[in-house]
Amino acid sequence: MEFIRNFPFFSIVLSLFSGPLSSILGGKWAKRVNGAVIVLCGLMSCAVLWYVCRTGEAFVYTMGHFPAPWGNEIRAGVLEALMAAFFCVIMLLCMLGGSREREAEIQSSKQNLYYIMVDLLLCSLLALLYTNDLFTAYVFVEINTISACGLIMIRQNGHTFEAATRYMIMSLLGSGLLLLGLCFLYDLTGHLLMSNIQEAVRALAAQGQYQTPLLVAICLMSVGLAIKSALFPFHTWLPDAYGYSTVSSAAILSSLVSKGYIFLLVKIFYRVIGFDIISGSKVIHVLFVFGIAGMIMGSVDAIRESDIRRMIAYSSVAQIGYIYMGFGLGTAAGVIASIYHVICHASTKSLLFVAASGITQASGGRSNFMDLDGAGYRDKLAGVAFTVGSLSMVGVPMFAGFISKLFFAQAAVGHTLKMLPTLIALAVSTILNTVYFMKTVIRIYTPLKADALPEGYEEISVRRQPAKSAAMILFILLNLILGLNSEPVIRLIERGLEMFS
Amino acid sequence: MSRKVPQEQYEKTLSYKLKTWLEGSRDPYLDNLEMKPQSPRMEDENTQKRFLADKRRERDRIYDTKHNREMVFFNKLYRIFSFLFCILLVSMLLIGVADLPPFGEADRPVNNEVSQRYIEKGLQETGAVNIVTGMILDYRAFDTLGESHVLFIATCTVLILLRADNKTGKNSEEEAEANDRAYEPKNDVILQTAARILVPFIVIFGIYIILCGHLGPGGGFSGGAVIGAGLILYVSAFGFAKTERFFTAATYKWMSFGALACYCLSKTYSFYTGANHIESVIPLGTPGAILSSGLILLLNICVGVVVAGTMYTFYVMFRKGNY
Repeated sequence: MEFIRNFPFFSIVLSLFSGPLSSILGGKWAKRVNGAVIVLCGLMSCAVLWYVCRTGEAFVYTMGHFPAPWGNEIRAGVLEALMAAFFCVIMLLCMLGGSREREAEIQSSKQNLYYIMVDLLLCSLLALLYTNDLFTAYVFVEINTISACGLIMIRQNGHTFEAATRYMIMSLLGSGLLLLGLCFLYDLTGHLLMSNIQEAVRALAAQGQYQTPLLVAICLMSVGLAIKSALFPFHTWLPDAYGYSTVSSAAILSSLVSKGYIFLLVKIFYRVIGFDIISGSKVIHVLFVFGIAGMIMGSVDAIRESDIRRMIAYSSVAQIGYIYMGFGLGTAAGVIASIYHVICHASTKSLLFVAASGITQASGGRSNFMDLDGAGYRDKLAGVAFTVGSLSMVGVPMFAGFISKLFFAQAAVGHTLKMLPTLIALAVSTILNTVYFMKTVIRIYTPLKADALPEGYEEISVRRQPAKSAAMILFILLNLILGLNSEPVIRLIERGLEMFS
Repeated sequence: MSRKVPQEQYEKTLSYKLKTWLEGSRDPYLDNLEMKPQSPRMEDENTQKRFLADKRRERDRIYDTKHNREMVFFNKLYRIFSFLFCILLVSMLLIGVADLPPFGEADRPVNNEVSQRYIEKGLQETGAVNIVTGMILDYRAFDTLGESHVLFIATCTVLILLRADNKTGKNSEEEAEANDRAYEPKNDVILQTAARILVPFIVIFGIYIILCGHLGPGGGFSGGAVIGAGLILYVSAFGFAKTERFFTAATYKWMSFGALACYCLSKTYSFYTGANHIESVIPLGTPGAILSSGLILLLNICVGVVVAGTMYTFYVMFRKGNY
């Protein structure tokens, strides 16, 4: 066996081990360890991606001396490796972009606890991506939930405590439903390994046995993961959690945590149940309806919001709606568009959060929409970055958001029932996106009327915060690459989905 | 050969005291212990008034129930819908459960080759007499590795939330006031005596459960919980001043790091050798012996250390202890 096949396992164990290691280190060293671990995991994921592209097939890796149905195993294909590499890149940039705020907002004696949370979050994300076993997925969903709570409340004020409590309650409800669904599925099939469950489910579907419990299991798992990734009616925890936590937490939560659950749902659809059974069931219609409702309602909420960070948070609700709408189409093209949107939204939303923190900093820490006049002139790079992010979210060509909207529209065309609702929702949502994003862009480029700068407002040059500037520049580049050169990524996603079945 | 003893001296001896106690002519507690009836808890009138006023203000001003028809309507609707939603969810789950394979039948899907191999070959392949331990620490060790980190990260979140760090500084007096330790019951003789007798047994029993996890019922999780309970009893009886002599935040930090690192490294070795088809050098030993079943004993100890530390830390943190 080639040595490179160990890399998925190494990256999981490395990030897992760095958590306890950070607990005995001080804040500075924990930060260095965290950076090194993210870079190493990213490099290893890239190597795995290269390897599976070259061999053209996914490989499984036995965790221990016992083969699959008895022991644990992980599996790496193109899609898993692609997402792992991408998650590492985004996480690194988020950590870079918020390092200054982190040091100011977190007690110095608790800095290392923050890095423990991030390390274990990375570990749980990697394990969710690579796992081939449903119960392992559940264990790492737990780690993911708890570390996300820690990330929210480490900036200690009343808002974050409330937000973390809400997040905890909703997220645990989601975990509970997922676990219930898993129990149902285990009782029906007698397996926890994804490929074995799929075999058993296919046999059950062919015989027409146990159809009701199977449907209940699919419902429970979909609803559980939808709650955890903040699909529309379950999104109430989201604005506070993203709006008041420290910048890198908000960026990581919006771009990675919810996406990990969405990827798990894709895995359940393709690897556990089988996509033909899913698209034949009525569950996807429900996801479709709520996805469309989320696209509209999230944007409406964002328009009504006057705080820039909470506005961006509400925009996430709309974008999650897009992703579920793509699943709801029930075609491979819809799922490809959704996965591309996962990538595109992750890179854009974290850019927006980092840029928004620069804008509020240039306005004396005020985040209310009315106080942001001329912020784009005071912090030029943050202004440009926010504009790029907004254009991408609205869906202007050249940027990543345009491509995913195009793919959603293409996937919907030709669909007998869902074509019209999808296209109308896309159009309405684009207009609503334009309203609130362009409103903010115009506001930050409106010159201040007063001659002297009000108190607290300051000019921020690129050189004053090299880490954040570098992060923003890289985010912008990533966005342009995804927008101008989407073909290879789409091909990788297609190949990955083929390897899934 | 007896000697005549004066009455005064005789009254001081143990035998005299025993005799009077047996006869009932003297109560040993009299003059030695004062029994006070506990004063019934009286609600201060002002507090009651303030509480009621708060409630009224909440209703009238914040929600403005008189004028805010929307709120009243929403509250009613909310109740009706939550009731309907619960009914719906319950009936859905019941319908789902009703169609599941019947419990206890031999040909259920759960009774397949997976559980068969655990039962038939578990002892031979893992060396653990307790096949449940063999399952969670050898067959499916990766899940348990994740599970022990769940405990670790839960402690870390509690530390984020409750650890008070600035011991000196301008707020230190206020903090000392808020610290629960000032109100701890001190020197409760009954509790201390009971703890002195029980704690060693509890801890030893916990250690036994951990060490014999692969031989019989038990294991790291349950044994660690027992040890943690023993530590909690000890700290309740004797206060933090005594426990801090051997258990502080630094102790916990190093303990959990050591245990998790040990777990992580040993399992990495076994996963790596297993996946790459390299023969593992760890012998399984004779089943039934205390030093047997490969890594399982070591892993049980690691898990036990983590669980005990986690339980104790939770208790200390929720007691506003500064740790």
